[in-house]
Amino acid sequence: MNWETVIGLETHVELATKSKIFCGCTTRFGGAPNTHCCPVCTGMPGALPVLNQAVLEYAVRAGVALNCHITRYSKFDRKNYFYPDLPKAYQISQLYLPIAVGGRVELSTPSGTVSVGIHELHMEEDAGKLVHDPWTDQTRADYNRCGVPLIEIVTQPDFRTADQVIAYLEQLKETLQYLGVSDCKMQEGSLRCDVNLSVRPLGSRELGTRTEMKNLNSFKAIARAIDYEARRQIELLEQGGRVVQETRRWDENKDATYAMRSKEDAQDYRYFPEPDLPPIELDEGWLARLRAAQPELAPAKRARYQADYGLPAYDCQMITSDRVLAQFFEGLVELGAPAKQAANWIMGEVLGALSARGMEPREMCLSAGTLARLIALVEEGKLNRNTAVKVFEAVFDQDGDVDAYVRAHGLEQVNDAGVVQAAVERAIQAHPQSVADFRGGKEKVFGFLVGQVMRELKGKADPKLVNTLLRQVLGGT
Amino acid sequence: MKITTELIAHISQLSRLSLPEGEQAAMAAQLERIVDYMDVLSRLDTGDIEPMSHVFPVRNVLRADEEQPSCDREALLANAPARDEESFLTPKSVE
Amino acid sequence: MELRQLTALELGAVIRRGEVSVAEAAQAALAAIEAEDGALNSFITVEGERALERAAQLQPGVKEAQSPLYGVPMALKDNICTKGIKTTCASKILGDFRPPYDATVVERLAAAGALGLGKLNLDEFAMGSTSETSWYGPTRNPWDPDRAPGGSSGGAAAAVAAGLSWYAVGSDTGGSIRQPAAHCGVTGIKPTYGTVSRYGLVAYASSLDQMGPVCRDAGDCAAVLDVLQGRDRRDATSLDGDYGHLLESLSGDVRGLRVGLPAECFGDGLDGQVRQAVLAAADVLKSRGAQLVELSLPALEYGVPAYYIIAAAEASSNLARFDGVKYGWRAQGYGDLSELYHKTRTQGFGLEVKRRILLGSFVLSAGYYEAYYRKALQVKAVIKGAFDEAFARCDLLLTPVAPATAPRLGESLGDPLEMYLGDVYTVPANLAGLPGLSMPCGFDRQGLPIGAQLIGPHFGEGRLLNAAYAFQQDTHYHKQTPKGGQRA
Repeated sequence: MNWETVIGLETHVELATKSKIFCGCTTRFGGAPNTHCCPVCTGMPGALPVLNQAVLEYAVRAGVALNCHITRYSKFDRKNYFYPDLPKAYQISQLYLPIAVGGRVELSTPSGTVSVGIHELHMEEDAGKLVHDPWTDQTRADYNRCGVPLIEIVTQPDFRTADQVIAYLEQLKETLQYLGVSDCKMQEGSLRCDVNLSVRPLGSRELGTRTEMKNLNSFKAIARAIDYEARRQIELLEQGGRVVQETRRWDENKDATYAMRSKEDAQDYRYFPEPDLPPIELDEGWLARLRAAQPELAPAKRARYQADYGLPAYDCQMITSDRVLAQFFEGLVELGAPAKQAANWIMGEVLGALSARGMEPREMCLSAGTLARLIALVEEGKLNRNTAVKVFEAVFDQDGDVDAYVRAHGLEQVNDAGVVQAAVERAIQAHPQSVADFRGGKEKVFGFLVGQVMRELKGKADPKLVNTLLRQVLGGT
Repeated sequence: MKITTELIAHISQLSRLSLPEGEQAAMAAQLERIVDYMDVLSRLDTGDIEPMSHVFPVRNVLRADEEQPSCDREALLANAPARDEESFLTPKSVE
Repeated sequence: MELRQLTALELGAVIRRGEVSVAEAAQAALAAIEAEDGALNSFITVEGERALERAAQLQPGVKEAQSPLYGVPMALKDNICTKGIKTTCASKILGDFRPPYDATVVERLAAAGALGLGKLNLDEFAMGSTSETSWYGPTRNPWDPDRAPGGSSGGAAAAVAAGLSWYAVGSDTGGSIRQPAAHCGVTGIKPTYGTVSRYGLVAYASSLDQMGPVCRDAGDCAAVLDVLQGRDRRDATSLDGDYGHLLESLSGDVRGLRVGLPAECFGDGLDGQVRQAVLAAADVLKSRGAQLVELSLPALEYGVPAYYIIAAAEASSNLARFDGVKYGWRAQGYGDLSELYHKTRTQGFGLEVKRRILLGSFVLSAGYYEAYYRKALQVKAVIKGAFDEAFARCDLLLTPVAPATAPRLGESLGDPLEMYLGDVYTVPANLAGLPGLSMPCGFDRQGLPIGAQLIGPHFGEGRLLNAAYAFQQDTHYHKQTPKGGQRA
């Protein structure tokens, strides 16, 4: 029998606010255990939550970007369950009136466009971290992460393959980073994904029994877990077995999923409206202003760069892979750099320098003004490209002054034909064998001779001029 | 409605309470009486009245996204029944 | 001068005039507690040393004091968080919990120059109507030691009635200030929901809980409420308002005031002597120019069931955090996490608390939520609507506080439903977020105090206090003391 895999995702994203969702403690990742905590986020008796307005704003921004309907009258609810990482024994979340519902995103994948429905997006608080110490057989509870704001984005079961899931997550990550609402770092847990998966005979319209997979810490783990779990369910059904609805944990080392004991307990979260938080009623004017201030997202930028600047699709993809890079590119163009030159510098030198330093674009010190000046000097013929790369390396880390550096190191391009002519002649005299080889038909030697001329001029000569004059001299004798 | 011992067992588990055997039947009987009494509410036709979770029409009570100093860790841990220098301690809670 | 006979405002005045030092006042209270509270058990924690230190600290500021309550000793119900001072909620499960922070009301009281004597007994987690469910033993009624002082703020009412504290701050979720005030012959008010910050009050039922004063008369209540009320950024349900003018607005003028008497509150189930005393109170107001309005509020019948569904549901969630991990008491002899939870909670909570947690879990659980919890929230809307209509016809309502006077100790514990039904007159104000005041209006044949309740519209505390103030101009019930004396 042919089987079809049906997948839906629940993605938790930590929002990049300064303070937690219901108190003023920092959201910074890491920190010594229990040092980013207060009575509110550790659930002390009598402490009360107050909603951080940036959380509301970020959630609405994300909802708008995912083409959701924004709920005008929204509420928080309590989700009740006992676990030591949840100090109040309830999570403040949204069940009945989530902030955004009914969205849709279009994915382009190698096998075509896929349309994915967004069931809902809601705000909630993160839980703490538990670390088990096998020596003492005790679990340590660290509440630093308690109350870090989350949005949970729940899709419809619209995925059929792991590739589609990865494409969605990449697009989601890009979108949320563009909006500036999250840094989406999977390794720090700021983007976490649970996968709901079932299988059914191809052509069937009914959904099979699904399992929920947790502990998926990378895109690679997600893809492998999907393949594993689909295979497991298909084999089970083909052998006449039955899929049990349960939560399964992905074990990275064993490359397998297994049922989680702690979730066996039939869950009944006894949701009810959070009495400590008044409802949220969104004003149309506020919403309109927020929509207007919504930044241009990557797909729109890509289309615009292709149309306005005639950049190749590949370049557009590279430059828009990060909002800071795209802004940097736009800055260069605005300051007069030719678009293609700007793109080449970003894809080559800028990304190279960042990667060599292990830095993210947002950590880069170099300003668009500095690079634009460098590009202009090359365009004006005042620096040659190779020298410009050296200048780039010199100014990159501290956003140095290009003109000052060029002056201080005497790097201006030599465009004086007389000076170049003299250097050509000196090179020819110094390498008679090479000249003879060239004239004997070894065209390759020409490059060597160009190099010698450039060396004479400390690399600063205009390469075009060197070429022309060298050919004249060699050909003319 | 009948409050069965199964129902008592279910809500006890949800509440992480374990009534001694001897108390379960009495608790079931009391809760049954109370719940039966609460059924007077069904006499009131509430139709499509909006359930009122908040008595005042207060909306959008928000705080600015500003970082405040956190609490001294020692003060937070001081009341813990089991702790080390930096964390609360529980029996094994992870898989 | 017998300091213990003075009201809080009178004591504040003599302190300000320098006739009495803050320390003398504190010592008088501490001596009285030492001598009399062994029998009464109104305090769980007495902070004698701290009180005397505080007295010394306050004394130099007496002359410049802004608040009329500066230097006046008082006490707090023990479900209000006090930094570094044991806060028990009268429960074993909180153990030796010492909050790392002060409740907002504690900060406000401190800023007004209050002097704390200690923490007062209550029903465990404020769940009860008699103050008998306390892990620290029952409080006794100063008018008759074989009787309960009412609850859950029984310690507060008993301490004030017995003259151990000039005033107290209690909490009221379904009548827990008003009913013990009635049973102990003192005056108490539950203000409009949202006017006193709940930050630092250990939550029982968050949508209904509200703190307020328990005092010797309406004037003291107004002065204390002026200190307690105010918008608090840490409590999102806290309301903006024009606070702080209650005391200065007391005039005793009730001419033209329309006092509504809901028929439902004077029918079956009400003790005849209580009915008579409350109706007599209506006549006193009438004699001062108020106008009596007969009306009917059939929705009140649904108050108790709606209240117990909502309160139990919220309690089941609010009390889930007491699990032996972060603070408080932890059971011994557990094998794993599940046993730690079960043993700690089963042994740490008393029977009434467990009953309400189970009831709350039930009304919220899958399959029952709609029929019970959601329905109760709809009934809450109906009750609020009924009050809105009533307040179109009258300015305040006058009802009994409780169907009978103080019960004998132990009498109420056998039948929880009977005890719940005793809250019939007080819970509607909590459901609708309205202010409710309890004032002494007579004594039954056994010499036990009877209370009358005034309920007002939102932000109507000034109106209630003024009506009570007027009533107390013409009556002496609030001046009686349990020892047979009469206050100044």
